[in-house]
Amino acid sequence: MATKGERILEVRDLVKHFPLNQGIVFKRQIGAIKAVDGVSFDLDRGETLGIVGESGCGKSTLAKVLMALERPTSGSVMIDGKDIGRARGGELKRMRRNIQMVMQDPYTSLNPRMTVGDIIGEPYDIHTEVAPKGDRRRKVQELLEVVGLNPDHINRYPHQFSGGQRQRIGIARGLALQPEIIVCDEPVSALDVSIQAQVINLLERLQNEFDLAYIFIAHDLSVVRHISDRVAVMYLGKIVELGKDTEIYDKPAHPYTQALLSAVPVPDPEGREQRERIILQGDPPSPANPPSGCRFRTRCWKAQEICAEEEPLLQIREGTAHESACHFAETHDVVHVG
Amino acid sequence: MRKATTDTLPAEGGLGNEPLLAVEDLHVEFHTRPGIVRAVNGVSYSLNPGETLAVLGESGSGKSVTAQAIMGILDMPPARVPKGEIRFRGTDLLKLSDEARTQVRGQRIAMIFQDALSALNPVFTVGWQISEMFRVHRGMNKRDSVKKAIELMDRVRIPAARQRVNDYPHQFSGGMRQRIMIAMSIALDPEVLIADEPTTALDVTVQAQIMELLAELQRESNMGMILITHDLGVVADVADKIAVMYGGRIVENAPVHDIYASPAHPYTKGLLESIPRVDLKGQDLYAIKGLPPNLLDMPTGCAFHPRCPYRQDNCVTDTPPLYEISGTRGSACHYWREVLDGDQG
Repeated sequence: MATKGERILEVRDLVKHFPLNQGIVFKRQIGAIKAVDGVSFDLDRGETLGIVGESGCGKSTLAKVLMALERPTSGSVMIDGKDIGRARGGELKRMRRNIQMVMQDPYTSLNPRMTVGDIIGEPYDIHTEVAPKGDRRRKVQELLEVVGLNPDHINRYPHQFSGGQRQRIGIARGLALQPEIIVCDEPVSALDVSIQAQVINLLERLQNEFDLAYIFIAHDLSVVRHISDRVAVMYLGKIVELGKDTEIYDKPAHPYTQALLSAVPVPDPEGREQRERIILQGDPPSPANPPSGCRFRTRCWKAQEICAEEEPLLQIREGTAHESACHFAETHDVVHVG
Repeated sequence: MRKATTDTLPAEGGLGNEPLLAVEDLHVEFHTRPGIVRAVNGVSYSLNPGETLAVLGESGSGKSVTAQAIMGILDMPPARVPKGEIRFRGTDLLKLSDEARTQVRGQRIAMIFQDALSALNPVFTVGWQISEMFRVHRGMNKRDSVKKAIELMDRVRIPAARQRVNDYPHQFSGGMRQRIMIAMSIALDPEVLIADEPTTALDVTVQAQIMELLAELQRESNMGMILITHDLGVVADVADKIAVMYGGRIVENAPVHDIYASPAHPYTKGLLESIPRVDLKGQDLYAIKGLPPNLLDMPTGCAFHPRCPYRQDNCVTDTPPLYEISGTRGSACHYWREVLDGDQG
């Protein structure tokens, strides 16, 4: 077993394109949706990497590729030194034990015809070596207790639980195989505000208890700041800024990150007139036909000629301590007043 | 029992001392097979021209049902309004005849819904749907009404309105669809605009665009706006005053600055402490324990008592009225003084 702080996930130049076909009998490819287009990052044991971005930026596709639910077009996803994107058969099955997922919608991600015990215990049917048959019921009850549900409710059905409790069931299922990495795709966005905090606190407690590493995908920047150690900001299939949470939130360098952060409403009316707001014009371009050079240049107020010609690489730039992909990167605090 | 109806339309012009819209002790219940669901239990609030009232609450708190009662779009049955008044410029809308109500709905009180894609008709062009307002309510002909539709699309800043007027809803992005909804709602210059979670389905940058647009339209026309939301951030950004709802009741109302600085109800206090903030790091998230109440089986006394850290014996038996804290503030908690003090300490 690996020790704390050790690298357990390495993503390099990951690309996922979905082909766009035309014709019914004679299909030909006329283009591709570039959902994920060259993404690289690392994840250490016990660490949380937050991934933020708007709808269509490729963050959910990224999650699917990490889980090997989609094959990457190119690039690699190394988990403990092995590439899950190229693994097949028994090897893939073994690797999947190590990376599990918690889904967004607790209403549709649980089978309504299965009892909670069957839902949480289903991973053991596939990975029989983790829990021998006679041991499963006890294991499932342990898991229920770990996520704060009553172990006696093992024979209930999902509809007998509230949204927050269902999300706990989803988390228990994710924990069943004792993975090292859990990919959480918008785990709290379907929940009521007073329930969100319960689930966030649960995820943090489980992380400390089991030394889990999280990939935490969300569009809510406040939630991501709360839970993440590092944050990656995605725009149109690429990471435009990557760094420690304090770097990203207090010293954002990429114009898109600044616009995104300035748009987040702060639950405090004091100084609301003084807060700086960068209102972006228009919508993100289509990932089937992204702009040349920097993808953000069509909505950027700093755009110059070079932005259309040369693609800015994700690297540490002058005057900043973390990586950003902008020719004119400059730190600028937009979150705090005064 | 059917109430007498009247055809007298609400007056126009000056308001005197009367608020633009006043909801008084409104009750709404739904008769369903498992029993009577009391969704709204005595809600009162008022709105003045140019003012923004935020109604804050979680799912099932009755915030949307109250709005639907104001609009007169509740399905009756199963819904029933056993008690209460909705006074618009002094006239009780609940006593109006159906015809007179139709004159008010859409023209003088308009509404924006959360999900623009399902609120728009997929088989008609957006231009047709916007211009319908003018044909139906103003008796305009087709050409003039479409011209007005283009003007409105410009006003809500849809780029290339003239070219896009004949497009269908699915050809627009989520933010643009919400702009179309807003165009329809402001078409007839309403005096009250009810926005029910207008940005919940949208990305943050688009949310900022839409909220800015709404604020601007409000400044131009001096509409009163009721913003229904669960997002404490959005409320802090735009509201003048807030009504917090829980279990079909208003548990706290206050001007926006007071409520964030010193909440006077344990539920509001818990909510404010339970949300992570983008400008702070390392705060501990307080989680309100337990679950929102089941409307079929409401707790006795104060609906919040099973989840409340301030609970005393009388909370289980006595339903707290909305105690007046000051002229503009109220809290439905027997121990609002302790809640206020606890915040200072």
